[in-house]
Amino acid sequence: MSIAIERPLRTEEGPNAASQNGMNRYAIEVGAMNVFYGDFCAVRDVSMQAPTNKITAIIGPSGCGKSTVLRCFNRMNDLISSVRIEGKVLFQGQNIYDVSVDPVEVRRRIGMVFQKPNPFPKTIYENVAWGTRINGFKGDMDELVERALRAAALWDEVKDKLQQSALGLSGGQQQRLCIARAIAVEPEIILMDEPASALDPIATLRIEDLMKELSEQYTIIVVTHNMQQAARVSDYTAFFNVDDNRTGYLIEFDDTEKIFTNPSQKSTEDYITGRFG
Amino acid sequence: MALRSQQPVAQRAAGLMPSRAISHKQVKVRQRRGHIWAVIFQLALFSGIIALGALLYNIVNQSFGYVAIINEIDPAELAVDGVPLNELPKDTLTRILETNISKGLMRRYENDMPFTERSRENVHELILERVVEPQVAATWSLADSIFARTRVFEEAKEKYPDSHVYFRSWLTTNFVSKAQSSEPLRAGVRTAIFGSLWVVAITILFSFPIGVGAAIYLEEYAHKERFLNRLIQTNINNLAGVPSIIYGMLGLAIFVRMLEVFTSGSFLDGGGDTTANGRTIISAGLTLGLLILPLIIINGQEAIRAVPHSLRQAGFGLGATHWQVIWHHVLPGAMPGVLTGTILAVSRAIGETAPLIVVGASTFIAVDPNGPFSKFTVLPIQIYQWTSRPQDEFRNLAAAAILVLLILLLSLNASAVLLRNRFNRNQANA
Amino acid sequence: MAGAGQGDTTVPGGGPPLDLRRKPRLAETIIQGFLFLCGAISILTTLGIVLVLGRESLLFFANEEVDLLKFFGGTEWQPAIGRFGIWPLVTATFMASLIAMAVALPMGLCIAIYLSEYAGHRARSILKPILEVLAGIPTVVYGYFALTFMTPLLRVIFGRDLVEIYNTASAGIVIGILVIPLVSSMSEDALSAVPNSLRQASYGLGATRLETAVRIVVPAALSGVAAAFIVAISRAIGETMIVAIAAGAGPNFTFSPFRAAETMTGHIVRISGGDLSYDSIDYNSIFAIGLLLFLITLSLNILSQWIVRRFREEYE
Repeated sequence: MSIAIERPLRTEEGPNAASQNGMNRYAIEVGAMNVFYGDFCAVRDVSMQAPTNKITAIIGPSGCGKSTVLRCFNRMNDLISSVRIEGKVLFQGQNIYDVSVDPVEVRRRIGMVFQKPNPFPKTIYENVAWGTRINGFKGDMDELVERALRAAALWDEVKDKLQQSALGLSGGQQQRLCIARAIAVEPEIILMDEPASALDPIATLRIEDLMKELSEQYTIIVVTHNMQQAARVSDYTAFFNVDDNRTGYLIEFDDTEKIFTNPSQKSTEDYITGRFG
Repeated sequence: MALRSQQPVAQRAAGLMPSRAISHKQVKVRQRRGHIWAVIFQLALFSGIIALGALLYNIVNQSFGYVAIINEIDPAELAVDGVPLNELPKDTLTRILETNISKGLMRRYENDMPFTERSRENVHELILERVVEPQVAATWSLADSIFARTRVFEEAKEKYPDSHVYFRSWLTTNFVSKAQSSEPLRAGVRTAIFGSLWVVAITILFSFPIGVGAAIYLEEYAHKERFLNRLIQTNINNLAGVPSIIYGMLGLAIFVRMLEVFTSGSFLDGGGDTTANGRTIISAGLTLGLLILPLIIINGQEAIRAVPHSLRQAGFGLGATHWQVIWHHVLPGAMPGVLTGTILAVSRAIGETAPLIVVGASTFIAVDPNGPFSKFTVLPIQIYQWTSRPQDEFRNLAAAAILVLLILLLSLNASAVLLRNRFNRNQANA
Repeated sequence: MAGAGQGDTTVPGGGPPLDLRRKPRLAETIIQGFLFLCGAISILTTLGIVLVLGRESLLFFANEEVDLLKFFGGTEWQPAIGRFGIWPLVTATFMASLIAMAVALPMGLCIAIYLSEYAGHRARSILKPILEVLAGIPTVVYGYFALTFMTPLLRVIFGRDLVEIYNTASAGIVIGILVIPLVSSMSEDALSAVPNSLRQASYGLGATRLETAVRIVVPAALSGVAAAFIVAISRAIGETMIVAIAAGAGPNFTFSPFRAAETMTGHIVRISGGDLSYDSIDYNSIFAIGLLLFLITLSLNILSQWIVRRFREEYE
């Protein structure tokens, strides 16, 4: 364990220096993180950094703990009482697992889009407005809803039916609504857990285009089982694998281009070329 | 070689399994046995349905039918100048009343309400009550009234020559709108209906918020592995199986006796109406509240569990607090289930009798309850009392009161279904 | 949004722009506390039942007229002359319950088998609500049914001389009808939970539908069915209004189902229905009966839960 903690983070300046600079190179820095479900170690020894305003993809075979790792970044795992997390997850220099940190505040800053579209059973308008309202927004709600829906490339399709149920939208539209909902509260980071896996190819492409647009303003970390998708959209890629104890671990983290063309690890290459997984 | 290896196999089959012909016969026997049992299973089901039918038939049968009435004075004798009693003007009716009842009684009526202010119907009623004085001599069931009509009339003529026989529905608007009376022909269930409504209102006010709150706690906040929470859960399951009469005894000891100061209402006016002791509507309501609490909690938990987890995650992902997620997403999603469960539990409360007898429902009150600290009676208690009387006419009253109770329960359940459907529709449209 | 967000997070007197520190959420804490109290009320209820029944029972047994040995050994319950033997009430209770079970168990199980193994989807969707109606009728109505329908019926069948107006048989049969829906729905749940692969395996060996149902499905669901039976017994023992109306109003040590006898619940109702003085031995005595009733039904319920839990473990 001690070795893991001493392993240098890939920062030039160190986490604290970065946060005091105001401008952070990395949105999320993970140091020697282990995740346990009860006694079972689900993921071990993860150290990686997701650069600001870039898209970072997490790939790997099923069961390697990709989603678990992603959920650690905004403390969604707190909702499962048996989960225990060791190590550090630094968000703008602060460890979000510090006892003094409020998970609600974390999630407010680090939004999430889930595998299956999960709009609230409310109107389209209310879906976007709700998150901002509970966070104390008091400005022009109509304008904000429009802005969020435009940013999610959904406005033209729904502008005439804002007061209709969100459940009437198609799967792809629902997922973009969920993205609009997430960006309405203006997070710094958006976590996406296989956001297109439940969608058809055309809807998938639209989501990918949207992710690229959003990455100009937001840091995006996306879990995907689709390697082409990772190659198409991401700037950086983390490759996870699973060992014989069913524990996931990080194999390699690098530029996407390098991972897909010249990986430094043999198992990465095997996975990329389709030899397993 | 091949032959040798085949032989034992053939022998084994021939030795232990029956031949094809026998087997064919056996299958037939087995199939026949199967059919017989299928019929038996079906019969069991139909006898269940028949039992329900018999129960309903029995009640309807007792609620309507011929009655033989003996009047103290025949209304025809009271007719003036050939005008029948029910068409006479008020002044004449007052005069008839005056000539037929004692001065003292007349004065008492005058004191209650001057005759100048009374309506014609009221005076007419007083004449029927005090002068005509109809008494039920015998009653017949609906089945007899329809299929053995001549026998009914013969029997009436033979046994009660002075009586006149007419077909009576014991369930009338009067029956629903009139207060309790010791005269079966004038008795009604209004007091009991108001009592039931008051008690159930208290029950709902107490058990709905607490039940839903407990369900939320157990499903959303409680760590399942903590001993205390497991204890609460097991305990609720056990409470659901405690006989209702035990709750009555709990209510008697706690609400009626220990908290008498509160439940009698004497803490409000410093001991005004103490005749009720603690045997009041609020004691009854709280007792039934405790009784249905486990049902509401268990149903509520199921409804909350059925809300998709993805909704909660979506809420948390936006930076909502736990309570915001519960209040805005979990509860609206669970509401149809919670409401249905609550209405079912409330139906149970409306039909409960035993605990209220123990808590101390009044045996006879003709005054409508006017608040949570009134003495009370409820519909099932009224039914119980009438059923326990040996006279037939009270059985008829009980049957009519049962019809009222069943109609009340039926409309409540129908409203539950409607409510749930509308809720579901709104959820989908909203 | 940004403005509002900033206002929230900036700490007075400067500091990092981003503050993730935990803030006191008073309302949330209060709400959570209130919800916990709601859950805890159930514990208080149980404690209340145990304390109330226990305390009054102690007062009852502390009374010099009462002898614990005679309470559990006596066959005469006459509070007026100081005889407190529980047996007449217990035998009447168990007789009524026994008769009820003789009606409800076979009927309930047959209905459950029919609904789970024979009936089509449509038939089930019609028949189950009918059974639910049966379960939703107030017990006082069943009591009326017992007195005005079942008793006359029994008197026609067995003769007026043999069958008294108030009798445990009539009450028992109607209690049986009352708990049929309980038995059938719980048993049907257990039968439906048996994996379909078992049925297919049985059919694949050439078994008939009856053989599959009775030899494969019912044994596989046996613990669930047993749990249903036990809950039904507990329900029958605790049933009050039917026996209060139809079984009789006087403790009577008899084993004839056609004679009047008062059950434990019936006695509690009759005594507390009258004008009851709080300091009388009558008042204390019904709590002693209540305690016994509570202990019997509670142990039956716990037994049924234990059986269900064991059953679940076996399948996992």
